[in-house]
Amino acid sequence: MKPRHKKLAIIASGVTALGIASILVLNAFQSNLVFFFSPTQVANNEAPMGKSFRIGGLVEEGSIKRQTDGLTVNFVVTDTAKVIPVQYTGILPDLFKEGKGVVAQGKLTDDGIFRADEVLAKHDENYMPPEAAEALEQADKARQTVLVQ
Amino acid sequence: MIPELGNFALILALLLAFVQGTLPIIGAARGIPSWIALARPVVQGQFVFVTIAFFCLAYSFVTSDFSVLNVAQNSNTQLPLEYRFAATWGSHEGSLLLWTFMLASWSVAVSVFSRHLPNDMVARVLGVMGLVSVGFLIFMLFTSNPFDRILPGLTEGSDLNPLLQDPGMVFHPPMLYMGYVGFSVAFAFAISALLSGQLDATWARWSRPWTTVAWLFLTLGIMLGSWWAYYELGWGGWWFWDPVENASFLPWLVGTALIHSLAVTEKRGGFKSWTILLAISAFSLSLLGTFLVRSGVLTSVHAFATDPKRGIFILAFLVVVIGVSLLLFAWRAPKIGLGGKFELVSRESMLLANNLLLVVAAGSVLLGTLYPLFMDALDLGKISVGPPYFETVFVPLMTPAIFLMGLGPLARWKQASLPELAVRLRWAFAVSLVTALLMPFVMGEWKLFVSFGLLMAFWVIASMVVSVMHRLRSSAKVGLFAKLAAQPRSYYGMHAAHLGIAIFIIGVTLVGGYETEKDVRMEIGEVVEVGGYTFRFNGVKKAPGPNYMADIGSVDVLRNGEKVTSMEPEKRVYNASGMAMTEAAIDTGILRDLYVALGEPLGNGAWIVRVYHKPFVDWIWFGCLLMAFGGALAVTDRRYRLSSRKERDPDPVTDKKVSGSTPGKIPTAAPLIARSKKA
Repeated sequence: MKPRHKKLAIIASGVTALGIASILVLNAFQSNLVFFFSPTQVANNEAPMGKSFRIGGLVEEGSIKRQTDGLTVNFVVTDTAKVIPVQYTGILPDLFKEGKGVVAQGKLTDDGIFRADEVLAKHDENYMPPEAAEALEQADKARQTVLVQ
Repeated sequence: MIPELGNFALILALLLAFVQGTLPIIGAARGIPSWIALARPVVQGQFVFVTIAFFCLAYSFVTSDFSVLNVAQNSNTQLPLEYRFAATWGSHEGSLLLWTFMLASWSVAVSVFSRHLPNDMVARVLGVMGLVSVGFLIFMLFTSNPFDRILPGLTEGSDLNPLLQDPGMVFHPPMLYMGYVGFSVAFAFAISALLSGQLDATWARWSRPWTTVAWLFLTLGIMLGSWWAYYELGWGGWWFWDPVENASFLPWLVGTALIHSLAVTEKRGGFKSWTILLAISAFSLSLLGTFLVRSGVLTSVHAFATDPKRGIFILAFLVVVIGVSLLLFAWRAPKIGLGGKFELVSRESMLLANNLLLVVAAGSVLLGTLYPLFMDALDLGKISVGPPYFETVFVPLMTPAIFLMGLGPLARWKQASLPELAVRLRWAFAVSLVTALLMPFVMGEWKLFVSFGLLMAFWVIASMVVSVMHRLRSSAKVGLFAKLAAQPRSYYGMHAAHLGIAIFIIGVTLVGGYETEKDVRMEIGEVVEVGGYTFRFNGVKKAPGPNYMADIGSVDVLRNGEKVTSMEPEKRVYNASGMAMTEAAIDTGILRDLYVALGEPLGNGAWIVRVYHKPFVDWIWFGCLLMAFGGALAVTDRRYRLSSRKERDPDPVTDKKVSGSTPGKIPTAAPLIARSKKA
C-alpha cells in the first residue's frame, strides 16, 4: 500500500468506528432517558402508561401504610394540588419520612397506582430533591393563576 | 487569631501565585535568566503559605472554634478527633483549600524533582501551575472563604453529615484530589510545550512519570470512593453511575488514554498533538469534576454544598482555561508536528485504537452526565439518564479495547504482522475461550454474559503469559531469575496494571452474575437462606456511640449447621442532626462477601433485614489496587532515575538506549542545548 492509501485507510476505519460508536451511544441514550412528571401532570394524563418515569413531591402526612408482609409499603406523593398513590416493595431509604421530599421511579399501572422500583430520598435532612421542589413550585403557580382568574 | 493568620496566609499565597504565574513565563519567553530563576523559590514560598492556611483551618476544626462559620456548619464537639480533622475538607470551602493545598504540593514536588530539566521549561511549567493556583485562590478568597467568621461565635456546631463520618472521609477526598490536581502537572507540561514549540521524546520522558503518578492516585481515589459507597450507603452497590462518580471517572478515562499516548510519544516520538490534546482534556475534565461536584449544579448524593453563584465563577474559570488552552493548541500545534510514521498494523495503531475507544467512552459518559443539566437549564423538562444507558454503551466500547490489550504488548512498534500475532496468541485465545465457557458451570449456572466477561479477563491474563514468555525467551541473559531481573520495571508495571483490569473484570462479572440480594422481614430467631449460608436473626439491642444512639442487630451466620461468624449491623441516629444512618455489617472473604443491613423495625422485635451474598466482589477493588501498583512500578523505572543522573554525567550510551531503535529520528539535542543556559 502507498503511504497515502494507508493514511486514507486509517482515517476511513477511524471514521467508521466513530460512526458505529455514535449510533450505538445515541441509540442507547434515547431508550434510557427517564422523564420526570409532577403529580398534577400525572393527574392530567400527561405521563405515559407502561413506560418508566419519575415522580416527585412530598410524602403525604399519615399516608404510609405497611402491608402484612412487612415489605410492601403504600404511600401517597403530593405536590399539594394533586396526589398519586405509590406502592413500593423493599427497604426505604433512611431519610424517607412523612412530610419530607421524595422522588420515585417506576411505572403507572391501570389501577392508577404508581409501582415504584426505586425510591430516592437524599442524604441530608434539610435538602429537598430538585424534582420534588419543582413539582411543589408548579402546583403553587397553577393555584395562583386560578386565583387570578 | 489563628483563622486570621490563615486568611493572611491565603492572601500572601495569592500574591506569590501571581508572581509565579507571570514573571517566569515572560522570563522564559524573553530569555531573562533572573526571572526564570524566580520560579522555584516562589513556588516554595507559595507552598509554605498555603500549608499554613490549610493547617490553620484544620486547627480551627480540631479545637472546635465555632466562631468560624465553616467550622460551625460542619463540625461538632461530640465528633471524634479524626472526623473533626477530616471535616476540614468536608465542606465546599474546605475542599477548595484542600485542592489548592494539593496544587501547591504538586508544584513544590515539580520544583524539587526537576533538577535535570532545562530551567526555562521548569519556569513555564511552574508558571502555568501558578496561573491555575491564582484562579483557585481568587475563587476561595472572594466567594468561599473558609475562614469567614460568625460573631458572636456559637457554642455548638451543627455537625458533619453523618454519611461523611467514616474512615472513607479521611482518605477518599485527599486521594481523589491528588489525582485531579496531579493532572495539572501534565497540563502544565503540555502548555509549556506549546509555548516553547518543543515537544520531543525527552519531553515525554519528563512528563510521563508525573502523569502516571496522578493517574495512580486518581485510581486509588475512585477505588476508595467505590468501596466506601459499597459499605456505607447500605445498598451494597459498588458503582451507581451517579454524576459525581462520573465526574471522577471522566478524567480517569482520558488520563488512561493519555498514559498510553505518552508511551508512543516517548518511545516513537509519535502522537504529539494528540498527547497535548489529551493532557488538556484530562485536566479540563478534572476542573469540570470539581465544578460539577462543588457548585451544586448536580444534586446528587455527594453534592452537599449548594450555592449556584459560585458555580458561575468556576464555569468562567473553566471556559478561560479550556478556551485559552485550545486557542494556544490551534495556534502552536503545527509547530510541534505530528511525529513518527507507522503502519496500519503496528503497536502505534493499536494504541491509537485504544485511545479512540477510551475517548469515545469518555464522551458518552460526558453526554449522559451533562445532557440532563442542559435540558434543565434550557427549561426543556427534567430528565435523568439511568445506569442501563452507561452499561449498554460501555460494554461494547470496552470489548475491543480489552481485546487489543492482549495484542498490543506483543505487537512490534512501527510495523507488526497480524498472522504472526495470530500464531503466537492462538493458544492463549483457545485456553481462555475454553476456560471461560466452562467456568460458569463451576459457579453453578451457565450465563452468556458471565462467559463473555470471563473470556475478556482470561484473554488478558493468557496473552500476558505469552508476552512475558516471549520476552524472556528473547532475553540474552542466562537463567530464569537473571532473565526476569533484566526486564525493566515499567514492563512489569504495564502487566500489573493490565492484570488489575482482568481481576477487576472477573469481580464485576461474577458479582453481577451470581449475587443474591434478599430483603426479608425477620422475627427474632427466624432464619433465612442466602447463597448457601443460613442467617439467623437474634434481635436488636440499643447501645450509645460517641455521638449517636445505635440499634445493633445480631445475626449468626451458619453453613452446613456450623457457625461461620456473627454479624452486627447497626442503625444509628445522630444526636446533633437527628439523622438516621444504616451501617451495614460485612464479612469479607476472598471468594465472597456476606452483607447484612438493617431496614426498619416492624414491632415485636421484628425488623426488615437486607441480606446479600456477593461472590468475588472484593476483586473489583483489588483489581484497582493492582492497577495503581502497576503505575507505581512504572514510575520507579530505572530510566527515569537515569535521566536525572544524566544531568550530572551526560552518558551517550543511555541516551541511545532510551531513544530506541531509530537514533537520530527523535530530536533529543534541542533540550540539551537549552539546558546549557542553566544558572
